[in-house]
Amino acid sequence: MDAYALLVAATLNAGTVLAIAALGLLINEKAGIVNLGAEGMMLCAAIAGFAAVVHTGSDWIGFAAGIGAGALLAALFGLLVIWLNTNQYATGLALSLFGVGFSAFVGIKYVQEKIPERPRFVIPFLSDIPLVGPALFQQHPLVYLTMAFAAGLIWFLHRSRAGLVLRSVGENPASAQALGYPVRRIRLAAVVAGGALCGLAGSYLSLVYTPLWVEGMVAGKGWIALALTTFATWRPARVLLGAYLFGGVTMLQFHLQGAGVEIHSQFLSMLPYVATIVVLALISRNPQWIRINMPASIGKPFYPGS
Amino acid sequence: MFPEFVTNVRHSRESGNPVTFSERRWIPAFAGMTVTDGIIIMKYETFNRLKLEARPEPSRVWSYCSPLLALLITVLIGVALFSALGKDPLRGLQVFFWEPIKSGYAIGELMVKATPLLLIALGLAVCFRSNVWNIGAEGQFIAGAIAAGGVALLADKGTGGWIVIAVLLAGTLGGMLWGGITALLRDRFNANEILVSLMLVYVADLLLGYLVYGPWKDPAGYNFPQTKTFEAVTQIPRLFAGSRVSIGLAVALAGVAALWVFLFRTRAGFALQVGGLAPAAARYAGFSSRSALWLALLVSGGAAGLAGALEVAGPIGQLTPYVPAGYGFAAIIVAFVGRLHPLGMVFAAILMSMFYIGGELAQSRLGLPKSLTGVFQGLLLFTLLACDTLVMYRIKARSA
Amino acid sequence: MPLALMFGYILRMAAPRLELSHITKRYPAVVANSDVSLLVQPGETHAVLGENGAGKSTLMKIIHGSVQPDAGAMQFNGAAVRVRNPQESRALGISMVFQHFSLFDTLTVAENVWLGLAKSMSLAEVTAGILAKAGAYGLDVDPSRPIFTLSVGEMQRVEIIRALLTNPQLLILDEPTSVLTPQAVGKLFAVLKRLAAEGCSILYISHKLHEIRELCDACTVLRGGKVVGNCDPRAESNASLSRMMIGAEPQVPAPRKPPAPPAGAAALSVNALDLAREDQFGVDLEGISLQVRAGEIVGIAGVSGNGQRELLYALSGEDRRARAQSIELFGKPAAKMGPGRRRKLGLHFVPEERLGRGAVPPLSLARNLLLTRKEALGRGGWIRTGVLREQAAALIAGFQVKAGGPDAAAQSLSGGNLQKFIVGREIGAGPRLLIVSQPTWGVDVGAAAQIRAQILALRDAGCAVLVVSEELDELLEMSDRLYVIAKGRLSPPVDRAVASVEQLGEWMSGLWPATAVHEAMHAY
Repeated sequence: MDAYALLVAATLNAGTVLAIAALGLLINEKAGIVNLGAEGMMLCAAIAGFAAVVHTGSDWIGFAAGIGAGALLAALFGLLVIWLNTNQYATGLALSLFGVGFSAFVGIKYVQEKIPERPRFVIPFLSDIPLVGPALFQQHPLVYLTMAFAAGLIWFLHRSRAGLVLRSVGENPASAQALGYPVRRIRLAAVVAGGALCGLAGSYLSLVYTPLWVEGMVAGKGWIALALTTFATWRPARVLLGAYLFGGVTMLQFHLQGAGVEIHSQFLSMLPYVATIVVLALISRNPQWIRINMPASIGKPFYPGS
Repeated sequence: MFPEFVTNVRHSRESGNPVTFSERRWIPAFAGMTVTDGIIIMKYETFNRLKLEARPEPSRVWSYCSPLLALLITVLIGVALFSALGKDPLRGLQVFFWEPIKSGYAIGELMVKATPLLLIALGLAVCFRSNVWNIGAEGQFIAGAIAAGGVALLADKGTGGWIVIAVLLAGTLGGMLWGGITALLRDRFNANEILVSLMLVYVADLLLGYLVYGPWKDPAGYNFPQTKTFEAVTQIPRLFAGSRVSIGLAVALAGVAALWVFLFRTRAGFALQVGGLAPAAARYAGFSSRSALWLALLVSGGAAGLAGALEVAGPIGQLTPYVPAGYGFAAIIVAFVGRLHPLGMVFAAILMSMFYIGGELAQSRLGLPKSLTGVFQGLLLFTLLACDTLVMYRIKARSA
Repeated sequence: MPLALMFGYILRMAAPRLELSHITKRYPAVVANSDVSLLVQPGETHAVLGENGAGKSTLMKIIHGSVQPDAGAMQFNGAAVRVRNPQESRALGISMVFQHFSLFDTLTVAENVWLGLAKSMSLAEVTAGILAKAGAYGLDVDPSRPIFTLSVGEMQRVEIIRALLTNPQLLILDEPTSVLTPQAVGKLFAVLKRLAAEGCSILYISHKLHEIRELCDACTVLRGGKVVGNCDPRAESNASLSRMMIGAEPQVPAPRKPPAPPAGAAALSVNALDLAREDQFGVDLEGISLQVRAGEIVGIAGVSGNGQRELLYALSGEDRRARAQSIELFGKPAAKMGPGRRRKLGLHFVPEERLGRGAVPPLSLARNLLLTRKEALGRGGWIRTGVLREQAAALIAGFQVKAGGPDAAAQSLSGGNLQKFIVGREIGAGPRLLIVSQPTWGVDVGAAAQIRAQILALRDAGCAVLVVSEELDELLEMSDRLYVIAKGRLSPPVDRAVASVEQLGEWMSGLWPATAVHEAMHAY
């Protein structure tokens, strides 16, 4: 029984990484920009956060460094894609490849480094409840903040005027421009916000989830987060659910190994990737469904004044 | 990437067309754009000195010069990086650009690295020109390596030289199979090929790990995760004595010629490119987007698989978890820097090999980490994308 | 003191609503506006007349604030102003109803309107305002519906309501009637006349002479970016206005030979075609039946968005979902055939989208030939580039396409010339059945006349021709028989000799007698 409680707790932990990144990418895509550089941004943020904590010992600075790294890279991406109208997919890929190389390069010094002991977080009273307590209430505060953020994002997108403007920019930037909205600045803001969140996810990875640095430690989570926004049809609540689902699948493999299931570890490790493919295939089957939810201008260049 | 929605019913009109449609890949004749000068990234201030003005037609001069300018900028950044790391920048430049070409042997080594890059890039060019974003060439490379290795392991001392053909064929088919999975999922389920092919890279990598840690592990290998070294007879023949260059180079160059003919002199190649440039026009002309999709993924999967076979039965000589060296991703950069043109990609492949070899030399001679290669490669693609703007726009001083 | 105030008040009252002086705007390839001056009085309905490419839209964008002029000044109500963005023009009281709607498909009517207004109002206030204006002006609209469920005419109503909610002093309308049936045009004019009576000035952009003469009391004519005249349209005739607009009399079409009696089997026969829409933005086709015979021109009239697109996709072979027998080409069931096979049978098609569907923009004209013509192909699909270039050069010369040669990129041609090239490409293939969609939309008058003449010549040579167009005048000029398409259904055919604009206008709302359809189906 305890094992299941631990599984749930681990799922929340793993899912949070995906959730934060995916919510950031959702903001991007609502404005019509696809940022394939999620993997690179998360890696650079992971090493930035880790290095910051190694040098200063403060988690706050670590998270700030991660957010900063993500935002900076996203700003670079945004300038190229929004102002110079470079191909979004190619530029995102370039960002990913660059991020992989750059993080490996900078991270060489930190491979063997250790950071101070990670504090344990418990919510008083709630965490003493048998079963549910250890499952749900002993997480890093960011886990709960992520859920709150998702709720806030739903409110922002559907109840606030700023969110409406963002959605309109993603739906039809030409019309938004004709109505006088600064489409490019709005998109840049969305891109930077998305990058900041990916950065937060990356630093969460290296500071909370597995507190170490290894080259390529994001291991595809950035790409899974991208897939998540698609099969959650760009809705924050579904993104959160999907993230926990995938976190669960990832944790399942350890659970199964621990339970002595007779499958080779590599096949179990394939689970999250195969699951992504399967869900992607099932969701994409119905193009109508996607069309009505997808911000119509995703991936397309926008030329103001045309 | 996401399913192409060819038409948009809303009745909206722009000069030249009564109805909008969702694929806009050309620059309208007037697009007086203002740009905030993005050169200085750190600050958020807008520098309104310069203006981007659309050219009436893409500039041919800049089509050729843009990669050169991108290289120049990358080199400059590299010099700055070397200085920042406390190393002599000139020495760094020498290691990256002179050492790899200074002797016949060095050029041979350059070709050894360039061959798989070029092969994979040729396949990727077919894909990218038809707007199929195959990012998982690395996975197809691994699948080809696995298939080739499997066949090579079947050889024993008495096997004849024909096994080489079988090895290469197996590699090609293995890569095609892996690419075909992506094609199937996109064809039947509309699944985004970027994400599917990428996930398959991880799957292929884990599959390789399972094989070399498990059933294919060399019993006499001291428990290292590797297969036994392939019999000498499976070795890909060398092209020249005294160099490690294999016939793979000849195959790659033949591929360059074949791609050129395919793209520019055949209707099938034309149909593929129209599908990538204007899907509505391809539909109007009756070109099948399904066959374009399958052709693109099978060709690029096969090319990547062949490259994998050449690597594994050539320089590496066995299967290890380190077979995937990132060529599949580097080839994406080769394809872009080479402008998706067969001849351009030859030069781009050579350039990228110089980065690889330079990175190794920088590690051994200057004590710099090998991951520098990845940094430069990523930088090159970035700067290329930025410089490509000049093909479509010219920079003008904005009158006050 | 009060006298001075009153004097200033009177001066302001008498000041023109809008005055543009020496406005110039240059783009890299063309000078859109050159030294343009315009004067609009309060309460005046002022037309800006000019053919496509004369610079009307650019001028309006300058007034609206989305584009900045290179030179010139603007005065609003007597005070000099500089409009830097659309919000500033809105604050002044200038409102624009765009030619291409600035609407967002998946958002509701109320949300769309809200986005077009200043921030201060809440969504609930906006919704109430919409209902109030809709009631006051007789513009029926439901604030909670998403835009993609609306018809094109309804979308325009949303745009107008959005403009009205800003209580504008100057309302700009850019080609508003191209998406309306003749009856709906009448309703629109009633709204505009009421607005003008309330003191709002109206700038009405159009190239339709009879509308301007009916609605407007002042007119500025633009040609090639310059002002070539001012007049009162009520005192002018179509001929004089046309002379000012294009510098010449409108071309009287050559007297037509009485058409030879249609002989032989039908080239195209559509039998009760039913086709569900491809996505929620489309229109279902129901029971469409029509016939086109060799040696006749059949026209399909109708406002855009009533199923023309879907019908043309089915006819060209790009949509093959219909029942095999529902479309017959030269007697063969063709609904499942792709475009290539249909071309082999002799069907050629000129689509309404030129760049992106009829031609690939970055490719050369020679390469664009390969989209539908196979003469330059050798065995196994080998492209003989020399033959191809010669073929393209011959086409360019034969159809008077102004281009930089066979290697010029399709995107470098003007709209009219590209259309001439595409029409030439399809006619030059010697088709037995030619389908053309919007043949002269966005094309300058000279090229339009050439294209129409070529289509007529094709008909006279024995080809069957089907023309789908929104321009009723064009169809009435060219066609031998006419159908009207409305909401995915097709009217019975009517001979040109007995057709009238009023009747066709009614039919565009779907109001044709049902029994007539039944008879028509059995007559042919």
